[in-house]
Amino acid sequence: MTDPLLRTTNVQKSFAGPNDSTVSAVEEANLVVDKGDFVALRGPSGCGKSTLLFVAGGLLRPDAGEVVIGGENLYRQNTSRRAKIRASKVGFVFQQFHLVPYLDTLDNVLAPTLARSIPDAREKANSLLEAFGLSNRRHHVPATLSVGEQQRVALARALLPEPKLLLADEPTGNLDPENAEAILSHLLTFSKDGGAVLMVTHDDRAAEQATRSILMDKGRLKT
Amino acid sequence: MNLGRLIWREILHRPFSFVLAMATVTVAVGCLIAVAALLGSHDLRSRTMTMEMNEEAARLESEFSAEMKAYEDSVRKNMKGLGFNVFIFPEGQELSEVYAEGFASKTMPEEYVKTLANSNIVTVNHLLPSLTRKLKWPEQNERTVILIGIRGEVPLSHRDPKKPLIDRVKKGHLVLGYELHKSMGLQEGNATTFLGREFIVQKCHPESGGKDDITIWMHLTECQELLKQEGRINAIKALECNCASIDRLGEIRREIAGILPGTKVIETKSKALARAEARNKAKKHAEEGIAAKKDETIKLKENRAKLRIENERKYAALQGVVLIATIVSVGFLAFTNARARQTEIGILRAMGTSTGSILGALMSRAFLIGFLGAAFALLIAWLLAGALQDGVLQGFDLLSLQGDAPLVLIAAPILACAASWLPAFYAVNRDPATILRND
Ligand SMILES: Nc1ncnc2c1ncn2[C@@H]1O[C@H](COP(=O)(O)OP(=O)(O)OP(=O)(O)O)[C@@H](O)[C@H]1O
Ligand SMILES: [Mg+2]
Repeated sequence: MTDPLLRTTNVQKSFAGPNDSTVSAVEEANLVVDKGDFVALRGPSGCGKSTLLFVAGGLLRPDAGEVVIGGENLYRQNTSRRAKIRASKVGFVFQQFHLVPYLDTLDNVLAPTLARSIPDAREKANSLLEAFGLSNRRHHVPATLSVGEQQRVALARALLPEPKLLLADEPTGNLDPENAEAILSHLLTFSKDGGAVLMVTHDDRAAEQATRSILMDKGRLKT
Repeated sequence: MNLGRLIWREILHRPFSFVLAMATVTVAVGCLIAVAALLGSHDLRSRTMTMEMNEEAARLESEFSAEMKAYEDSVRKNMKGLGFNVFIFPEGQELSEVYAEGFASKTMPEEYVKTLANSNIVTVNHLLPSLTRKLKWPEQNERTVILIGIRGEVPLSHRDPKKPLIDRVKKGHLVLGYELHKSMGLQEGNATTFLGREFIVQKCHPESGGKDDITIWMHLTECQELLKQEGRINAIKALECNCASIDRLGEIRREIAGILPGTKVIETKSKALARAEARNKAKKHAEEGIAAKKDETIKLKENRAKLRIENERKYAALQGVVLIATIVSVGFLAFTNARARQTEIGILRAMGTSTGSILGALMSRAFLIGFLGAAFALLIAWLLAGALQDGVLQGFDLLSLQGDAPLVLIAAPILACAASWLPAFYAVNRDPATILRND
């Protein structure tokens, strides 16, 4: 049997709170996300959704448990190898978009080329901008874009390196229904084309678009 | 997209932060250049000052030596023409007594004059034998007088007879000092009695303000008879001795000692001697002046060197402060820059960009700050070099420091990188998860 795209096994993560207390953010999280999956991760605020997403993306080392992406056990690799795995297999989209403020739309979409060389990056970037209706915003800096446009730029940037797995933390949280709809349809298309999406969301309509919905409460996953 | 573009875009996006950091480096390098220039200008000034003083001393010296040579020549000539006078006193005569009394108590044979005159003495031109005594004039209420018996000049046998230098006193005659003829109401041609003998007044001297005013001159032979000192004298005056050597008295003494062993020879003050002394004094004075000038030059050199060390210390302290302030402020500006960019750094890391690349971008920016800041300072210095040379730097050419420019262009970026390293390193290694969390 082949490895799934993402597998987390008994992931546990807690944080140091005030006065020597600990805040347990994620407990025994077992999760599998594979090609074609569009998984919505839901739950009340503070239940550990974002934490699990960062652990799954190789940005936050868990206290216990394993994360495997494309057959590679993430936290058994060194930092630079983990960065390479991210660069080639994982894309991130955030609620705050986190665009580089001084780069124009095109350069922001091309930013992943700083991590690794991507063949025909420019053409790919242009066709992504075309597909996302941003062709006429190519040389605008983020501050001059609408929020919907900014989130589309962020999604285009995440898609440029052609990742296998897309991790999205409330990608529609800041968007009006129309723009949210557009983003969700792009994510759906991505999963249908053989990618995998793990999306944290509070939005019921967003969750409806997903192929699978997972509920999280107080650090624990409930299917 | 590449790192160069990222760096360039960021600088354009936050030009103020970049220019401020650059300006800090410019000020620091400017301070460094200023210190080097001030020290250079100090050295230049020291050099010209000591050179001027050395020149002044040399000029004084050459001026003085030329003057002195001319003066010495003229003194030599004068002395040759004027000659000078010596007294020859009897053997065994205490000179201290002569100085105290004005004449010698001991006597010597009158023959000595003849011996001297017949010798081949070359340094003496005129010889005047005399017999001098202080005594009471019985016929004039025992008043004290000085009696001098003179014979006039004795011709030097080996030379042409010379014009007599003083008036002879005729036998049976007296020459009287002012005090004597005035108090006695005597005039030339009058008769008077001295020690029981009748004399005619041959000449009355005008007032001299000294011993001469109570002096009686008479013919040597008569004087010897009156004093019962036949054939004896107590001094020979040698007039117009001509001898131009520095140790002229020694030369005359040696010559006379060869002819009249045991006699004492002293020099009387003469114009020539006074002049020679004046010359010696002038020479000493001038030499002291030159020595003082040289001394002053050495002192100046020392003072300037001391001042330089002092300045160097002050400047070093100042420079240290400027350097530390620059490192702190460049470091601080790097820190604020890194802080402002932390989400950007976080997202770049989330996309898999290596920390090395991001650190490289931050350090490249720091390098540019150091390099451009230094280059700008050098450019300003280069542009101002001419004006500063004419002004505050007193002739020092800033461009003479340009050999150090490459060093500055290397050192400034290195220092800027060193100052920015810690904040950059910290920012790059912050946990991206913490930065990117959506809460
Ligand atoms: N770096 C941290 N240090 C300390 N506590 C943290 C840290 N990150 C998260 N936590 C805590 O862990 C818990 C889970 O946080 P997390 O951000 O994963 O929640 P969430 O489900 O994403 O919430 P929300 O829906 O509001 O975004 C919270 O109680 C939070 O306070
Ligand atoms: Mg969250």
